[in-house]
Amino acid sequence: MLELHHVTKSYAGRRRVLDDLSYTLAAGEYVAVMGDSGVGKSTLLNLIAGLDTPDAGDIVIDGVAMATLNDDAATLLRRVRVGFVFQAFHVLPHLTLLQNVALPLLLNGLDSARAEAMLNAVGLRGRGQDFPRQLSGGELQRVAIARALVHRPALVLADEPTGNLDPETAHSVLMLLRDEIKNNGASAIIVTHSVAAAATADRVLMLTDDGLYPA
Amino acid sequence: MNARNALLTRWLLFGEWRAYPLRALAAVAAIALGVGLGFAIHLINAAALDEFSAAVKSLSGQADLEVRGAQPDFDQRYYPQLAQHQGVALASPVLELDAVVPGRQQPLKILGIDVFRAAAIAPDFIGIPAQGRAFDTLADDAIFLSPAAMSWLQVHQGDLLRLRSGVHIVTLRVAGGLVHARAGQRIAVMDIAAAQWRFHRVGRLSRIDLKLTPGVNRAQFKAALQRELQGRLLVTQTRERTERSADMSRAYRVNLNVLALVALFTGAFLVFSTQALSVMRRRSQFALLRVMGLTRAQLMRQVLLEGAAFGVLGSALGIAGGYAVAAAALHFFGGDLGGGYFAGINPVVHFTPMAAAGLFVLGVVVALLGCAAPAMEAAHTLPAPALKSGNEAGALTQLANPWPALAALVLGALLTQMPPVEGLPVFGYIAVALLLIGTVALMPRLSGNFFRLLGLRHARSAVVTLVLARLGNAPNQAVIALGGVLTSFSLMVAMAIMVASFRVSVDDWLSHLLAADVYVRSAQGGDTGALDTQAQMTIANAPGIARVDFVRQTQLTLAPDRPDVMLIARDIDVRDPGKILPIIGAGIVPQHGLPVWVSEPMADLYGYRLGQQIVLPINGHMQQAVVAGVWRDYGRQFGAIQMRLADYRALTGDMDVNDAGLWLQPGVTPAREIATLQHLPFGALLEFAEPGEIRAVSLKIFDRSFAVTYLLEVVAIIIGLFGVAATFSAQTLARVREFGMLRHIGVTRRQILGILAAEGGLLTAAGIAVGFALGLVISLILVFVVNPQSFHWRMQLHLPWGMLLSVAALLLASAIVTALIAGRYALSGNAIRAVSEDW
Repeated sequence: MLELHHVTKSYAGRRRVLDDLSYTLAAGEYVAVMGDSGVGKSTLLNLIAGLDTPDAGDIVIDGVAMATLNDDAATLLRRVRVGFVFQAFHVLPHLTLLQNVALPLLLNGLDSARAEAMLNAVGLRGRGQDFPRQLSGGELQRVAIARALVHRPALVLADEPTGNLDPETAHSVLMLLRDEIKNNGASAIIVTHSVAAAATADRVLMLTDDGLYPA
Repeated sequence: MNARNALLTRWLLFGEWRAYPLRALAAVAAIALGVGLGFAIHLINAAALDEFSAAVKSLSGQADLEVRGAQPDFDQRYYPQLAQHQGVALASPVLELDAVVPGRQQPLKILGIDVFRAAAIAPDFIGIPAQGRAFDTLADDAIFLSPAAMSWLQVHQGDLLRLRSGVHIVTLRVAGGLVHARAGQRIAVMDIAAAQWRFHRVGRLSRIDLKLTPGVNRAQFKAALQRELQGRLLVTQTRERTERSADMSRAYRVNLNVLALVALFTGAFLVFSTQALSVMRRRSQFALLRVMGLTRAQLMRQVLLEGAAFGVLGSALGIAGGYAVAAAALHFFGGDLGGGYFAGINPVVHFTPMAAAGLFVLGVVVALLGCAAPAMEAAHTLPAPALKSGNEAGALTQLANPWPALAALVLGALLTQMPPVEGLPVFGYIAVALLLIGTVALMPRLSGNFFRLLGLRHARSAVVTLVLARLGNAPNQAVIALGGVLTSFSLMVAMAIMVASFRVSVDDWLSHLLAADVYVRSAQGGDTGALDTQAQMTIANAPGIARVDFVRQTQLTLAPDRPDVMLIARDIDVRDPGKILPIIGAGIVPQHGLPVWVSEPMADLYGYRLGQQIVLPINGHMQQAVVAGVWRDYGRQFGAIQMRLADYRALTGDMDVNDAGLWLQPGVTPAREIATLQHLPFGALLEFAEPGEIRAVSLKIFDRSFAVTYLLEVVAIIIGLFGVAATFSAQTLARVREFGMLRHIGVTRRQILGILAAEGGLLTAAGIAVGFALGLVISLILVFVVNPQSFHWRMQLHLPWGMLLSVAALLLASAIVTALIAGRYALSGNAIRAVSEDW
């Protein structure tokens, strides 16, 4: 599903963040990536999503090498095959919950009926016309999960999805995320500092200065 | 764009508008105001011009050509010559008079016609007599009035009408109506011989209308006849007269339209600030959309579409509002917008689809230009960093690049040296626009450097450090806040300096011209109320008068395609003309030839230079004259020529005068002398004025003619202030987290409000300072480029400090108050919730 071949990335005037990183993520696999702050976890997600480009190496999603794609092509690939969940929710404040969840469907030219089903699935039945300001943090992250999965992406990328939530809420959100990823048959990479969060994944990897290793 | 993408676009658009309705409304209103003002001014001018042209055309009927004199009338001996000319099917003589109506400010236009001739050319002007009185059309006491004239004069068929002829009253019988006259057209018709006799114009004609034999080439005939007449008479077509009417008011109309565009231009800055702030606020939202698969092009289209929506809505409202304003203005005030070109006509507004479409497109384009930079910013922001908060200060960094701004300034300066295009200061206007754009674009760098420098020297307290650090280190936001206010304030400064300079110059000019103790005028409007020699002698010999300066004014047509110039004859000392005329520079005393003194516009329009030999068509002769001097004249935009009264009388035999300036003997007061003159046999017909009164009336007319200008400037300032309010409020509310943090580390609520007031005040003060400097530069362009090129008027520079400082203080206070109000909302969590961060 996802192949990383000798990926290297450094930032101008700073040390190398990722150095000759290689990994293959199988279809339907759900892995957690842990590591110290600044080791490059978020950078890794940005590179996979095509939001940033590696200095060296290849990233291949479903047989398509990201390096061969220009910005528009990478955007289209991301639109169809990738779903994102962020630590800070990033739910658009001026759209209703239903509209927020339906966004990927509209971008992909799909019928938006599934948005309501996804809202129901994440426990927000009947809240479709509410606005984000009416929701708690846990509820907002549920909306973000529904939005990440509504268009049935092959790959879900989650960057500290429970970093802003209390432990109890975090647990329920993580279980929901896992269930929905599995129900949708997607692959997923979750980047986290939390051992509890990592424990919900099929496999836990440690990202260090030397590479990506099983924990 | 497929249906689902369109739905997404609508969601994003309406979501933003729902969240910030006032900001969206302000941007829409700004565009609507600019478009509406432009459309209203266009409609009013077009309606007035159409009505004026139609009235001119109706006076000429279906004539192929008109033959006119260079002066208002000429010898009728040309009539039989033209009537028998080969190629002429019919010649119809006309005497056109603006008769003075006692007690009325405006004259009554009378056409003296040969009814048998005119019936074939202008049948609409054949009067309809009463039943059984068919010969009234030839009667010497009969006059036929249009319905509008009857209504204006409050007379009916059979009533008597009193009109002035010299210092006497002529009584005519209203014999019938002109049923086919244009609605609202005040006009009268009488037999030509009766008109010549009654108004002392025996043997004189105003024009001869010609109908050509079928098959005769009109252009060739016209050229041949013009050659044959050797310049003694002018051969014209009706079209040329209407074009001349349009030319007369063109510069004034164009300048008004440019002022309306200033409001639209300021509105573009409001759209810019609205969209720039919106894009900055939504950086993370846009980044999210990019992460989810929205392409750069789609995002850019979304932001541009939001701006276009402002433009479409604003333009539509502006077109509708402009039409309503024009209809109301024409209904209540007539078609004259203060310039005095269309007084006395009754125009009706007509919707003009082409102009409406043009202004609609202009409104949309201006709105799109306003959001172009924010759209580029949105599309080129990298999504990954933008998802993290706290990097908004880096937004709009492309605005800090000084080179395009400096290029605009240099180009603007160069364009001020370009000549006019078709009599319009096109390059002058472009130069003003470039200077504005260049200065606004330089604002981030200017204000940033200034406040950073200030911060290095005065960073003693935490509050001052916070204020100066923000102003110095987030300069891109300054341009957003100040774009509108800088534009409107600098233009207001420029206009205020130009108008004040003009007013002071006019006042000085009037003081020089009005040297006599009392002025006498035989009639306010019209050309049938002149003073004959007997009346002149009576006035000159009246007790208490030391000296009289009689003045004869008459129109002179130098070229058929140009507006008439005024020929003024009076006693001028050829060795010292400066005693009576405001002479510019040196003069000469011609050894040979007729000395004439030409006005400043005349020198510009006709290229006359000191000492130049010129030819003037006076009384049917081509008269050689020498330019003995150039004098300043703010009264006649199309030129005036002064000559000695004795010379004029010798050339024309015309002994009448229109006005007289009286110098009184020592000890005689103006009031006593006026009382004495009112007891003369014709004293009741005279009008008297002291120099102070004429000066006051002239300046009142001056102020009225600039009233529309002031109105448009006020609109631009209001739009600019709207921009300041919107920007400060938005920026302050966007900093809620910053203020929360400051409160946590011990900054008091009062201190935060102080920070906001100081930021708002300092930023506006910087805008005012730069706006003043820019306004001064623009005023130099207006005074020394635009005005001379448009109106041929030059003036001395005068700065109205009191007015400028008042507006600056008002602007500064408004900005500080706005910042404080926005700050109070920002510091009140409940208030923020309640208004959804709107203002």
